[in-house]
Amino acid sequence: MEQYSTIVSGFGGQGVILTGKIIARTGMEEGLEVTWLPSYGPEMRGGTANCTAIISSELIGSPVVNEPSSLIALNKPSLDKFGPSVQKDGVIILNSSLIDDFSVVGSRNAVPIPVNEIAKDLGNQKVINMVALGGWSNVTGKLSLSSLKNGMKLILEESGKEKFVGINEKALEKGYEAAKEGVKASSV
Amino acid sequence: MGEKKLMRGNEAIAEAAIRAGCRNYFAYPITPQAELLQWMAEYMPKQENGTFLQAESEIGAISMVYGAASTGERTMTSSSSPGISLKQEGISYLAGSELPAVIVNIMRGGPGLGNIQPAQGDYFQATKGGGHGDYRLIVLAPSTVPEAAELTFEAFNLADEYRNPVILLADGMIGQMMEPVELPSPVDTSDLPTKPWATTGKDGRDANTIRSFAMGAEALKSINQGLQEKYDNIKEAETRYEEVGVDNPDILLVAFGTVARIARSTRRLAGEQGINLGIFRPITLWPFPGNRLAELSKKVDTVLTVEMNFGQMVEDVRLSVDSDINTPFYGEQGGVVPDPSRILQEVKKYV
Repeated sequence: MEQYSTIVSGFGGQGVILTGKIIARTGMEEGLEVTWLPSYGPEMRGGTANCTAIISSELIGSPVVNEPSSLIALNKPSLDKFGPSVQKDGVIILNSSLIDDFSVVGSRNAVPIPVNEIAKDLGNQKVINMVALGGWSNVTGKLSLSSLKNGMKLILEESGKEKFVGINEKALEKGYEAAKEGVKASSV
Repeated sequence: MGEKKLMRGNEAIAEAAIRAGCRNYFAYPITPQAELLQWMAEYMPKQENGTFLQAESEIGAISMVYGAASTGERTMTSSSSPGISLKQEGISYLAGSELPAVIVNIMRGGPGLGNIQPAQGDYFQATKGGGHGDYRLIVLAPSTVPEAAELTFEAFNLADEYRNPVILLADGMIGQMMEPVELPSPVDTSDLPTKPWATTGKDGRDANTIRSFAMGAEALKSINQGLQEKYDNIKEAETRYEEVGVDNPDILLVAFGTVARIARSTRRLAGEQGINLGIFRPITLWPFPGNRLAELSKKVDTVLTVEMNFGQMVEDVRLSVDSDINTPFYGEQGGVVPDPSRILQEVKKYV
C-alpha cells in the first residue's frame, strides 16, 4: 500500500485522538508501517483537536502531512481548516449532524454522515467517532471493518474499557452502512 | 526483544530506561515531555527499589540525579528546553565528577519560554557546553520512536562505560508521536557491572569520594587532562551515523533527528524527479561524525544541512568538509516542521 494519511479533527471530547490511534493500531496489527501524531498544547483546550495517522507498506518519513489522503471532520471548524488541503482525489468523511455547508470540499469524494443522530439512536453520544470511522473504512477501503473492530477492541481492552467494545462495534457497523448510502457532497 | 507495541516517544523512552535498569528518576513536569514523567510515576514505583520523585524544580531534580548517580545506581532525569537550561549547573557538576547519568531533552521552541512546538535549537547547548568548564556530553539524537527507545537503553551503557553524562536529544515531535516499538528485554540490575568508585557505604574498604573540586592549579589541570583523554577515547569508539543512498549521490543532505526522517520523504520525491539525494544522519551529535562526512562530501559539490533552527549543526558540517565544497543551510524555526516538498525545493537549487 502506498502511504495513506488521515487527519481526524473535531472538538475536544469527540474522540479524535482515539480514532487516529485506532487507525494506527489497526494498521500495525495488519503488518503495516504506521505513525500517529497529535496536535498538542493549548489548541487542544477548547478549539479543534486533531491528529494525523499514516499507514504504509513502506518506511514512513514525515509524520506530518500538509495534503492528507483523507479527512474525518467531526465539526465545521475542522472541515474549514483541513478540507481545502485534502488531496484532490482524496476522501472527506464529514459529520452532517453539525455541518451543513460543504462548499469547501470541491471535487473531493466527500461523504456526509449524520454521526450524532446515528450515535443517539445507538443510545451513546460518545461513539460518534466510531460511526465516522466505520464510514471511513467503507469509503477508503484501506482498513476493513473487521480489522478496525479488532484494533478498537485491543486499544479499549488495554485501557481497561472492554465493557465499551460492544457499543463501539455497533457504531463502526452503523457508520459503515451509512456510508454505503452516502451521497457525494459535490453532487448535492 | 518482545512484541511490537504502539507507543508515544515519551512513553517508549521511559519504558526503555526502566528496562535498562534505571531505578532512580527525578524530574519536574514540562510540555512536551510530560508523558515521560507520567509513565515513570506509574511504573517506577512498581520496580524493586524503584524511586520516582517529582522534584520541586529542575534544579532540585538534577541535584537529586547527582546524589543518586553517586551511589552507582542507574539514574535519569528528563525535561524540555527551558527546563534543561535550568539543569546546566548540575550537568557540569556531573561531568566534572565523572558521574554516569542520562538526561533526556525533548526540545521545544526557544529562546526563553519560546513555545511548546518541536524544535532543534538546543544543539549548541547539548554539544558545545551549556554549563561551565571544559566538558563533553555524549549526545544521542534519535529520529524515530523505536530508535528513541534503543538509544535510551544504550545511553545507560555508555554513561556507565565512560562515567559520563549522556544526553538523549529529541524534540516534541518524537516525544509526542506514536510508532510501533519493539522494546529491549529488561536487564537484571544485579547483573550490571559493579562500580568500585561508587559511594555504597565504606565497609572494609577505603573511602570513595565524589567531587568536582581541586584547589591547586596543577591538580585541576591534571583532572582536566584525564577528562580530555576520556573524550578522545569516546570520539574514537562511539561515533555513530546512518547513511542512505550515498553510493553515488547528486547532492548530500545532512540532518539529525526529526528532520532526518522527513528528509527520507524528500529523498523519495527527489528520486521521482531523477535526483539521487544522499542522506547523512549523525546519530551521535557529540562526538560528531565529521571524518566520515568529510569522506562522503568528496563525492558531491554540495552538502546541504537542514535543521529546525537557524543553523547550529551546520557549523560542525562546515568544520568537517573541505572549503571548496558548497555548504548551504536551510532551516525552519519556532515550531514549524519542514515539509518534504519544501526541502526538495532547496535541494533543487543546487542540482
